[in-house]
Amino acid sequence: MLDDISYRVKVPFTLTLVILITACVVTLALTWRAYEELREDAFHNAVEIGSVLSNSLPNAMLHDDLWGAYRLVQAAKGWQGEASSRLLVVLDKDDLIYVSNRPSELAVTTPLRSHGAELARVEVEVLRLTGNLDPRSYEHKNDQRLYVILPMLSDGVAIGTLIVGYDRSLFWPRFTSIVEKVVVSALVVTVLLLPLGWFLGNRVVSPLGQLTKCMSMVGHERPAEIVCNLRLGNDEIGRLGVSFQKMLVELEEKEQLEINMLASERLAAVGRLVAGVAHEINNPLGGMLNALNTFRHYSQTDDLGRETFSLIERGLQQIRDTVSALLVEANPRSHSLSPKDIDDIRTLLLPDVNRKSIRLVWKNEIAENIPLPSTPIRQLLINLSLNAVQASYEKGMVQCSVDSKNDILSMRVENEGPEIPKDRMMHLFEPFADGATGNGLGLWVTYQLVHLLDGNITVNSKNGKTKFKVELPIGEAM
Amino acid sequence: MPTEYVKRVLAACVITVLSISNTANGLAGDTKEYRIGLTSVIFADGTAFVNDWRTYLTHHLQAPVKFVQRQTYREVTDLLLAGDLDAAWLCGYLYLQHRDELELLNVPLFKGKPLYHSYLIVPSSDTKTRKLTDLKKKVFAYSDPDSHSGYRYPQLSLISAGIEPKHFFAKTFFTWSHRDVVNAVADGVAQGGAVDSYVWETLAEKDPQLSRRTRVVSKSPEYGFPPLVTQRGLAQRRADNLREALMHMSSDDMGSKVLQILNLDGFTVGNDDLYNNIADSIRIVEQGG
Repeated sequence: MLDDISYRVKVPFTLTLVILITACVVTLALTWRAYEELREDAFHNAVEIGSVLSNSLPNAMLHDDLWGAYRLVQAAKGWQGEASSRLLVVLDKDDLIYVSNRPSELAVTTPLRSHGAELARVEVEVLRLTGNLDPRSYEHKNDQRLYVILPMLSDGVAIGTLIVGYDRSLFWPRFTSIVEKVVVSALVVTVLLLPLGWFLGNRVVSPLGQLTKCMSMVGHERPAEIVCNLRLGNDEIGRLGVSFQKMLVELEEKEQLEINMLASERLAAVGRLVAGVAHEINNPLGGMLNALNTFRHYSQTDDLGRETFSLIERGLQQIRDTVSALLVEANPRSHSLSPKDIDDIRTLLLPDVNRKSIRLVWKNEIAENIPLPSTPIRQLLINLSLNAVQASYEKGMVQCSVDSKNDILSMRVENEGPEIPKDRMMHLFEPFADGATGNGLGLWVTYQLVHLLDGNITVNSKNGKTKFKVELPIGEAM
Repeated sequence: MPTEYVKRVLAACVITVLSISNTANGLAGDTKEYRIGLTSVIFADGTAFVNDWRTYLTHHLQAPVKFVQRQTYREVTDLLLAGDLDAAWLCGYLYLQHRDELELLNVPLFKGKPLYHSYLIVPSSDTKTRKLTDLKKKVFAYSDPDSHSGYRYPQLSLISAGIEPKHFFAKTFFTWSHRDVVNAVADGVAQGGAVDSYVWETLAEKDPQLSRRTRVVSKSPEYGFPPLVTQRGLAQRRADNLREALMHMSSDDMGSKVLQILNLDGFTVGNDDLYNNIADSIRIVEQGG
């Protein structure tokens, strides 16, 4: 249930709750403090009364001057505004009431316990603490009053006890006013903090929400097409964003890899098929051509016959050309690749480039001969660069760059012509693929050549640019 | 301390000079200061009232007058017997106790008579008590051990009823003034008290809120009003002057004003017969005690 609620609600709600709880706890603490202070005040007030009476009252008691004691107690009653409900009781050494400021209720010579349960408890407390000469407070939760018990000393000996009772109801106005202030301040603070809590909560949660939104797109859309405006950083959410972006990149790479693997497997199968078929065709074809040749040399035939044989020979020749075009083979006799080989290709391109007013950017960064066969490399570079020129718009730009680094020969060919559609991309390197121009074998041958040289070829067509990249490992010297 | 010493010497000189001049005046026309002791038998003891009374007496005696107030009857009596006072307003009981040394000067007139009662009062909340013996094991307030109305009469009552006063009450105490007996009973400190009828009746007029909180349970027979007495050794002329000045109060504006505050009608000469029944009660109490 709680798990189903969005963090957008939960986090600010929790913050709000924390603020409210804090406010409550602070309120309680301050309220408790206020109550304690009131109690302390009462205690100090009682001790003050006790010290003021400590000279005269024991003297009056010693001389059994009840009226004098009563007048002292009466005078003590009038010292403060709240005094009307302050109870003062003097007990004699037998713990009977010697005098009080409420003589009509607390009759002289009666025991405290005869005046209700509350005073009975006080009497128990007085008896319990007999011998303790320090003032002490006494409180019972059901009592109407707080009590402070002060022994009355004469020459260091307790001759009676002064009990000062403070009506709790008197504390209420002071107490409630303090509590009121505390509660109002807590409310103000809460009201000020709540929007802040919501703001902070949302700030924390909104990247999570964004992340959730992005994650839910994974599986439905290509990783490369998922655009997320994630906060990147070093905190947890930032790191999550970074990881997520990394994951997207890796997913994309994996997907690309899968596509590539699928394509190369298919191409390999096609290659095997083509080689097998070509072989099966080439054998009878060679025989047929030989037979035809022999026949032409040694036989007498009329014009129609010659024309027919010539027609058959041309047809067979075309089959052989096609088959040999499909059967790509590296010529092991080719010399190693020199910088000039690359530049020659540029020269070969120039007529087409000029015709279409194309701007050709040519970067040949090979400084010396490279131990790779020049013929297939020339072949594939010609294929790629001619394709690029053909695909380019008039006055477009074509870039070719060749370099060798870390035993890798890299060739990049880039044009700004129309992008290769997605469905064609899947079958780009297959022979006679749909939409292919020319004889439909240019990229097939290129692909086969790259594989013969243990290299790989990638194509990337987006943002108005189509880029072929060939990487060939440079082996030992040929 | 030299300064202290100098001060003392100077003070002694001033006193000597003053006494010499007093003696001289006394010889010339008796302008020696009259010293009069007051006890709580009287209702009012305010400074303003005392000032008015002094002004009146000074004017009539043609001599300075000083009132001396003490807390207990005993202290005032001692001062009088020691010759420190010319006259004092005492309880009839004390007068009788020292009859040999004291002489009756004047007796105040309260409601036209030189008589008063002892009232037994209880808090007005107590509606049951009908007589003193109903207050057994209660707290009882007396005014002064030397007061007839505020101590001796209740003792007499108990003894007459065959009761030993010492153990009759749970607790007794002295308030040292009749007015405070009323306060003690009204506040409930004591459940009963003995008070001079003159004081209670005056309170009923001037502070009815206080007197209303008490109830008069019983009244004693009439006794002679607390008199003003002098030492027997006082010069007859001074005693006559003082007596005359007091008797003349009712026919003088300022004197009337003072009497009004005192709630008295005036002063009369009085005689010892007024106090015969107090003397009887003394005997009874002494025999009973």
